[in-house]
Amino acid sequence: MKHIKTINKSTLNKDIKKAGCGECQTSCQSACKTSCTVANQECERK
Amino acid sequence: MAAAILVLQFMLKQQVNFMIHSFKIHGTNMVLDVMSGAVHQFDDIAYDVLGCYERNGVLNNDKIKNLSQYKEAEINEAIEEIEYLKKKNMLFTEDPYTEMLPAWTKQTVVKALCLHIAHDCNLRCSYCFAGTGEYMGRRSLMSLEVGKRAIDFLIENSGNRRNLEVDFFGGEPLMNFEVVKRIVEYARVRENKTGKNFRFTITTNVMLLDEDKQNYINENMHNVVLSLDGRKEVNDAVRKRIDGTGSYDRILPLAKKMAEERGEQQYYIRGTFTRKNLDFGADVLHMADLGFEQISVEPVVAAKDSGLDIREEDLDTVCNEYERLAKEYVERRKNGQWFNFFHFMIDLEGGPCIAKRMRGCGSGTEYLAVTPEGELYPCHQFVGHEEFLLGNIYDGLNQNTVREAFRETNVYTKPRCSSCWAKFYCSGGCAANAWKFNNDIRIPYEIECELEKKRVECALWIKAQESN
Ligand code: SF4
Ligand code: SF4
Repeated sequence: MKHIKTINKSTLNKDIKKAGCGECQTSCQSACKTSCTVANQECERK
Repeated sequence: MAAAILVLQFMLKQQVNFMIHSFKIHGTNMVLDVMSGAVHQFDDIAYDVLGCYERNGVLNNDKIKNLSQYKEAEINEAIEEIEYLKKKNMLFTEDPYTEMLPAWTKQTVVKALCLHIAHDCNLRCSYCFAGTGEYMGRRSLMSLEVGKRAIDFLIENSGNRRNLEVDFFGGEPLMNFEVVKRIVEYARVRENKTGKNFRFTITTNVMLLDEDKQNYINENMHNVVLSLDGRKEVNDAVRKRIDGTGSYDRILPLAKKMAEERGEQQYYIRGTFTRKNLDFGADVLHMADLGFEQISVEPVVAAKDSGLDIREEDLDTVCNEYERLAKEYVERRKNGQWFNFFHFMIDLEGGPCIAKRMRGCGSGTEYLAVTPEGELYPCHQFVGHEEFLLGNIYDGLNQNTVREAFRETNVYTKPRCSSCWAKFYCSGGCAANAWKFNNDIRIPYEIECELEKKRVECALWIKAQESN
């Protein structure tokens, strides 16, 4: 494509039937607790 | 009249169903396809052509005629590319989630507890939502007996869930560290017997950290949050000792050592910014300069009437500061000064599933706070507010109807969130902020929304830069 560069393909709507197992970390969005917010469970490393 | 309302509802649904969000940062045109999570960078022609599409993804030919600055061939190319992305479900994707909502919003089990190990603190921070540790009650420490019972309560209420989380919180949990250790010990024994897996975290102001405590935390805690607000003058103006002196000089070497010994992973150096330091980017960079690699600096929460809360008139300044920080962030990471800023972290490929993105923090349902006396609240921010008392660890959850309200709250049931493009990244914001500012956990706090949206935009822009 010449005019558009895709940075990320569709991901949210993949495997929606498997969604909601609930084993993931809880995530306080704010306050004194920094666990996870903008859609990230684990810290990314270099 | 009824017909008109139906038509209106239909139109609104159409708009919500095919949502895209386009924005510019530092001259880059970004487009997010909300329902699929696809992210694109557009050149100027394609961006202007996209502006000629209606919100339901249909091209408006009249608008296209106004794009006289571009050659027809170029416009056609751009239309072709946009149409291709539509076909591939990467633009104007229709909402595929609504039919799954009932399954994702059914009653959940408890999977995380915030243990208020000490309702007492050795600092007197001006913005403390906990009334410097007291939470509108008296100063008190959690006993081992309450701690053990809390672990059992969590196991009993967690159903088939294997991974359970316990956060040691306060006040200041290091003021009652022996009890912390004994609770961990007890949970380890119980996890062997029950097949559960406990993950511990601790949130501390660092003041009482010594070598023994540090080693213990590094061996036993999955994550640790160390509080420091950034530059010395900023930190010391709010994070004060009881005698009024600052805490920076005491915290810094201890926090530094802790971060290094954890291999610069699984920790956060965490600051709060208020309307007194709207140039908080300088605090982030200050901590990066000090060598910290996992940094979080967040707007003060629930600070209504404190004089420190971020206000509408501050929004432009704060949003510009995020953009400025994003630029510097990309530069530094490119040039060997890598660090991670919590609010710019976004995992586009992985990240949590859509069910989790809808519900967010889980306060009041899967996440509860336990006071030193064993009372249960929706989260640490609600502790001490009697109308939110949800029972206690001995008798279990009570019939308080607010629990139902928490369970029903998600980005589809909150009107403002359902039409918001950021809903799958923000997950509906902080219920405590919503309640403190709007008196209703379903009405998100607007200032928080604006900041969150700007952070998501910055995070997406950073992804685009780093993929170039
Ligand atoms: S809380 Fe605000 S920013 Fe978040 S999804 Fe709801 S409306 Fe959007
Ligand atoms: S309500 Fe707010 S403070 Fe409480 S857990 Fe949720 S995001 Fe965190």
